[in-house]
Amino acid sequence: MSADDAENSEVTPEAQAAAEAESSEAGAESDAESGEAAPATPGPQADRMAKKADRERAREETESTEEIDEEETVHLRVFRYDPEVEAKAEPRFDDFYVPREEGMTVLDALIEARDAYDSSLTFRHSCRQAVCGSDALFVNGQQRLGCKTQIADLETPVRIEPLPHQDVVKDLVVDMEHFYEQMQAVEPYFQPDDLPEGDLEEQRQTPENREKVKMSTRCIWCGACMSSCNIAAGDNEYLGPAAINKAYRFAMDEREGENAKANRLETIEQEHGVWRCQTQFSCTEVCPKDIPLTEHIQELKREAVKSNLKFW
Amino acid sequence: MYEHDVLVVGAGGAGLRAAIAAHEEGADVAMVTKLHPVRSHTGAAEGGINAALHPEDSWELHAYDTMKGSDYLGDAPAVETFAQDAPDEVIQLEHWGMPFSREEDGTVSQRPFGGLSHPRTTYAGAETGHHLLHTMYEQVVKRGIEVYEEWQVLNLAVTDHDDVEDRECHGVVAYDIASGQVEGFSARDGVILATGGPGQVFDHTTNAVANSGDGYAMAYRAGVPLEDMEFVQFHPTTLPSTGVLISEGVRGEGGILYNEDEERFMFEHGYANNEGELASRDVVSRAELTEVNEGRGIEDEYVHLDMRHLGEERILDRLENILHLAEDFEGVDGLDEPMPVKPGQHYQMGGVECDENGHTCIDGLYAAGETACVSLHGANRLGGNALPELLVYGARAGRHAAGADMKEPEIQTGPSAKIEDGSIGADVEIGSLGGSDEAVAADGAAVDAGTVVDAAVQREQERVDRLLEEDGINHALVRDDIQETMTANVNVFRREDNLIEALEDIRAARERYQHVAASDPSRTYNTDVLHTMETRNIIDIAEAITAGALAREEFRGAHWREQYQYRDDEEWLKHTLLAWNGGNPELYYKDVILEGEDKVYEPKERSY
Repeated sequence: MSADDAENSEVTPEAQAAAEAESSEAGAESDAESGEAAPATPGPQADRMAKKADRERAREETESTEEIDEEETVHLRVFRYDPEVEAKAEPRFDDFYVPREEGMTVLDALIEARDAYDSSLTFRHSCRQAVCGSDALFVNGQQRLGCKTQIADLETPVRIEPLPHQDVVKDLVVDMEHFYEQMQAVEPYFQPDDLPEGDLEEQRQTPENREKVKMSTRCIWCGACMSSCNIAAGDNEYLGPAAINKAYRFAMDEREGENAKANRLETIEQEHGVWRCQTQFSCTEVCPKDIPLTEHIQELKREAVKSNLKFW
Repeated sequence: MYEHDVLVVGAGGAGLRAAIAAHEEGADVAMVTKLHPVRSHTGAAEGGINAALHPEDSWELHAYDTMKGSDYLGDAPAVETFAQDAPDEVIQLEHWGMPFSREEDGTVSQRPFGGLSHPRTTYAGAETGHHLLHTMYEQVVKRGIEVYEEWQVLNLAVTDHDDVEDRECHGVVAYDIASGQVEGFSARDGVILATGGPGQVFDHTTNAVANSGDGYAMAYRAGVPLEDMEFVQFHPTTLPSTGVLISEGVRGEGGILYNEDEERFMFEHGYANNEGELASRDVVSRAELTEVNEGRGIEDEYVHLDMRHLGEERILDRLENILHLAEDFEGVDGLDEPMPVKPGQHYQMGGVECDENGHTCIDGLYAAGETACVSLHGANRLGGNALPELLVYGARAGRHAAGADMKEPEIQTGPSAKIEDGSIGADVEIGSLGGSDEAVAADGAAVDAGTVVDAAVQREQERVDRLLEEDGINHALVRDDIQETMTANVNVFRREDNLIEALEDIRAARERYQHVAASDPSRTYNTDVLHTMETRNIIDIAEAITAGALAREEFRGAHWREQYQYRDDEEWLKHTLLAWNGGNPELYYKDVILEGEDKVYEPKERSY
């Protein structure tokens, strides 16, 4: 199952209405819109859900004394899916209404929704500062990092979905395995021809060359670029912008030797390499680290041509 | 059951370096990590890596600065080994392709940092940790080292001999987040804990959400003492709304701190008449909070860090990442206006007691990086000393675990190193409630490695099943209680009554934790279970920090006590150890080693 399926087929207006009717556990303040009781699924699951609903009601009662109604809230519509849980086996959207705070990010809002209303809400996150690359999400139709996207900059309801073109494991968690495989395919490690021999002797690198590779070294492996790329969506073997950028990072580093560079160009020139890119710039647009991915791909195309001419 | 020679728990800088070193020694090494390696929080380190590379600099000076910075609570063998090994490690990193910032002649740049007598900090922009992490992960990929990613280690498989120094570690129990499976991992030669810091104990922290200090808590409950846990570094420049770190590199490059009256208070109010903004971190954090407490803070909360005078070109060249952080997380343009900053929890100086080879008092169990306490940082860590620590001591732990022939350590570990009994001096109970949830180590006479691991798996499986099947309260409520009381009571300024209140709150939280359960019933990617497990670790660490803070009646480094305003070398030139002791924690002390290879580090007044 992938988020695309939900986007394209499951979430018709009818399906959405059904999803809302089912999303009773989401958001203590959302009763006006969502149903009252948990869906009637048989067995221990139903007992658990019923107990949980009781707890929600109890919490709601204590909270209602605290003027929650007047407080400004943010409306989130969050994709839910869990193959193992009956009520979530069919993808749906849950509504959460979380108290709006100054400077609140999409990640802050998700954490609040999870910790205050539904601890089964599942998403990857760690550093909260756009460097771990865990929380690339599809927010209002665009790939973004949850932690560096301000709620105030978004239209509400804020629609939060897993990255498109990747299999959904659960809720907002996608299977990153294919992305990692593509990264590995470009031999993503430094390969110098030889190293200086003296004690404590570093390889020299000009500040200009360091500057040249600087942007390419900023990649945090979030996968936003790959998810935004139409070519990658259609060609599963396409290396994709992140992996090609990784190859660029080394191919353009003057500390690697000529042999290594020739090998790298060979890798990125293969059938599912740089020539697949149709310069649509979607990857560049969504990159949270502002890496000029499309330019890097174009530059590698030129390098590949130059290198091939040498052998003619 | 999975089997390897060496298991590394955690895949940040220390874990990666340890794995590479063990692999180079020929060991079959695997990493077990709850995050994919590149998600580790080493990636958030900004400022740099200290190493005496310059001909006019020397490891001796680096060692001296580190010892002074530690307020004489570092152990000389740990400090000197570190300063000696750091240059080789930095050059090794460069040979692995690390994109260091460079001078015109192509050599690696070095900049000034707080508490350093020489510009010794190598860096890669203001995103040094990101590059270090990725460079080392690349080397792990190159070597084909196996990584079990998104596997949360729940506990250690350790024998339960009465004397912890007789215990052996045979592996770990881990939880596959994707599938919910609990599995045993057997380690023939060693387990290295490299799980990073415990920042989630506090609510205003530069640490990641994943930094729940799992390694400290697991080692502690298995019997390894936690050392000097009261020493918590509060970084002076974090963004007020999120705790996001603004690198010391800003001050290293010339950034200035101002109060509400636009006074350069580090000088004008006499906090550090020589070094000013570049005084040691503890000094600057206290200065900022004093300004705020005396009514000279901005919005009664923070001060300003101004770097505008450095000029756009220099800022873009060396501190560009800071502009992005200030913009994205505080909405401030650092080129146009000063940045709001306040102290935030940043680093744990104390940790799992170990020697210069990373070895703990339990055979086969190691610690490295922030999780470990060798002790290198003593009462206060210098900026730029964390990254070289994880290189130097990650590598040493990896080598030793893989069986390399290494020098006998000088630092003694375990209860046999005790010089004096201690007490927290308050009538508050700490430790286990006696519930089955807190059982220690493995079963009775089980000494066969496989049996020890199997028994540990069994216990953790029961725990996971219970969390999934039973109904209970959300762990987040318990975690919030801990974070609130720690931030209110065990912060930069510490008072006895507050510390006691914190211990009482922690006790109450521990009791509440008896009733937690996951409400997510799924085995698939159940982060509810995962976070609930983490919260148990947070409770133990919060208690250890607070107990140490209450016991230590002096003011040293990052540990400030209202009633005890002086460093007391007569009474307190010693390490605090807290041993789990089967659930009845025992506090005791061991000596600080100030004798180095060729000199003795005589404690001097620490002024900047």
